Amino acid sequence: MSAVEQVVAQYPGAARDSLIPILQAVQEVDGYLSREAVSVIARHLQLAPSKVYGVATFYNQFRFQPKGRFHVQVCRGTACHVKGSAAVLESLKRTLKLEPGQTARDGSFSLEVVACIGACGLAPVLSVNGEIHAGVAPDKVNGILGVYRKRVAD
Amino acid sequence: MIRIEANDKVIEGKDGETLLTTLRRGGIHIPTLCHLEGLLPSGACRMCVVEVEGQNGLVPSCAFPVRDGMKVHTHTRRATRARKTIIELLLANHPDDCLYCSRNKDCQLQDMAAELGVRQRRYSGGRCIARPDISSLSVVREPAKCILCGKCVRVCEEVQSVSAIDFIGRGSHTKVGPAFDTGLHVSSCVDCGQCILACPTGALSERSSFKNILSAIDDPKKHVLVQHAPAVSVTLGELFGAKPGVDVAGLMTAALRRLGFDRVFDTSFAADLTIMEEASELVQRITQNQPLPMFTSCCPAWVDFAEQNFADLLPNLSTCKSPQQMLGAVLKSWYAKREGIDPKDIFTVAVMPCTAKKTEARTHGMDHDGVPDVDAVLTTRELARIIRMRNIDLASLEPEAADTPFGGRSTAGKLFGASGGVMEAAIRTAHVMVTGKEMDNLKVQAVRGMQGVKEGRVKMGDLEVGVAVVSGLANARKLANEVRAGRKDIQFIEVMACPGGCINGGGQPIGADIEAVKARAQALYLIDRDGDIRTSHANRDVQRLYDEFLGKPLGHESHRLLHTEFKARNAGE
Repeated sequence: MSAVEQVVAQYPGAARDSLIPILQAVQEVDGYLSREAVSVIARHLQLAPSKVYGVATFYNQFRFQPKGRFHVQVCRGTACHVKGSAAVLESLKRTLKLEPGQTARDGSFSLEVVACIGACGLAPVLSVNGEIHAGVAPDKVNGILGVYRKRVAD
Repeated sequence: MIRIEANDKVIEGKDGETLLTTLRRGGIHIPTLCHLEGLLPSGACRMCVVEVEGQNGLVPSCAFPVRDGMKVHTHTRRATRARKTIIELLLANHPDDCLYCSRNKDCQLQDMAAELGVRQRRYSGGRCIARPDISSLSVVREPAKCILCGKCVRVCEEVQSVSAIDFIGRGSHTKVGPAFDTGLHVSSCVDCGQCILACPTGALSERSSFKNILSAIDDPKKHVLVQHAPAVSVTLGELFGAKPGVDVAGLMTAALRRLGFDRVFDTSFAADLTIMEEASELVQRITQNQPLPMFTSCCPAWVDFAEQNFADLLPNLSTCKSPQQMLGAVLKSWYAKREGIDPKDIFTVAVMPCTAKKTEARTHGMDHDGVPDVDAVLTTRELARIIRMRNIDLASLEPEAADTPFGGRSTAGKLFGASGGVMEAAIRTAHVMVTGKEMDNLKVQAVRGMQGVKEGRVKMGDLEVGVAVVSGLANARKLANEVRAGRKDIQFIEVMACPGGCINGGGQPIGADIEAVKARAQALYLIDRDGDIRTSHANRDVQRLYDEFLGKPLGHESHRLLHTEFKARNAGE
């Protein structure tokens, strides 16, 4: 039994109202929602895969590619927005050559936009594998990422 | 008793209905883009907003229950301005390529922009740049033209229970597509085309086969044959200004000859052939204890649906090919031999009310010695386009008869176009096969009408057969689940994927309401009522085909050419 099937098995007789909890549980285990996972969940809940995918894409929290070795989360909450996080995101996209939700082909980095990290006093913030970087300016992005790039190379 | 006052006119309403329904019954036209008759309102487009006295804002009439004493104003300056703004905002994210669009002059968005007097672009913003999805052999999606009304999604889910597509994403990034935003060809889509009929714009259309057909006609080496399905002759006229339910079989035959087809055949002939095989199969299944109930298999969307969802019931599907494929197979074998033409030099075209037929013609097993039985399929809409392209004035033609040897048809074959028609035709012939006698009354009322589920019991001498007719795949799913659960009182089930049958097929004229579909069915029943030959077994051309070539129904040649097998598969395989 695959990891996804094991998760789903914990919801016997579940109906469509369990869809989001199951999606969350599967992502917790797998780190993302694979095509196989969506099919397994759809079959278990007797929903169409298009429906499951539709619900999952509605929420920012679900991702459809595995996380990279370094998972970069950029905050786009109100405080960070006011302090210029849009430009930080642009800089990240350019530097990593990734769109939010994507993972680099070599698996080194993945990029995600989050609504609020809860560190508004430090805005604009980004987090790499949980390490918070405060007061990030667009031109600092390359330097921050450089540290992790080196760790990838090692 | 509910009475409302709309634009100072008193209209009677019914308890539980929406304001929109009441207003429309009262003869007041309210534009809508997302409303679907018979389904729950979604309130997505807001085009139906009206002013109701005592309500602060504009209310969406499609989702607002009618109440006694309401005072409604439908076309105030405020309401029409709101509608106009909606259209202008939709156009802000819509390609300006109407002249190149297959729905040009047949588009609700275009009509409403004209009605509301949109004359300039007041809003501009980000455009959807999604590329067209041409992965399916039947249905083309152009997300850039989508206005997100959601009708396709609801039809696919609620009417067909297929749910191949749904909304993806959120907010301004929302689009409609299959799971993982892939192509339709790897989705659970069964190609029925009901989404095309629902689409108010050109975001969904059929995959066109124009080019191949026109080049085949121009190729002097090719012998180009065309067959037209029973449901086409009673709808084609609508695309040339006739009211629904006018039979233009003769004019269409004349037009097809003008287009350059070498022979024009009637698929209803092959429907008679199908009935000979299918009725024989039914009798054989009943008398020899083979899997029952038997499901019809002439609807390719249903076959696709069954292969994906009811693997355990596939032995219950009649092994008969559809009339389109039967005729294609006979044309490239017996006819080719008779005329002394190499099957490779024959190009067969089918005019169908259907988009799924396009995929069916390319399905594995629908060919012999590497030659496809049917080379190209045109929908009713596409035929009208070609007729216009060649500047043929349908109305000025003289009706002509179809060509021999496949021009003769019984009116039973013609009934294939309506839900219940295959059943009725099969009962007429099975009755003779079982009892040796014709039915006293050929009309089988229980299987006629627009209901999605029809059931009845038919006596054939001492034998009583339970029959059921379903149209709309959600209805089919329900019945198939009952059979799966052990329901035993039915022996024969007809399934058509499109509600009402092929007369409401995915390739038919767009914009037909239930009354139009009823009129189309009525036209078929009138043809049958006044027909000379009303049973498939009385079709002399069919009898001759058996005498000269096929031998007998379910015989060796029949099996080779007219029957097929089904394979369970997952969506997208």
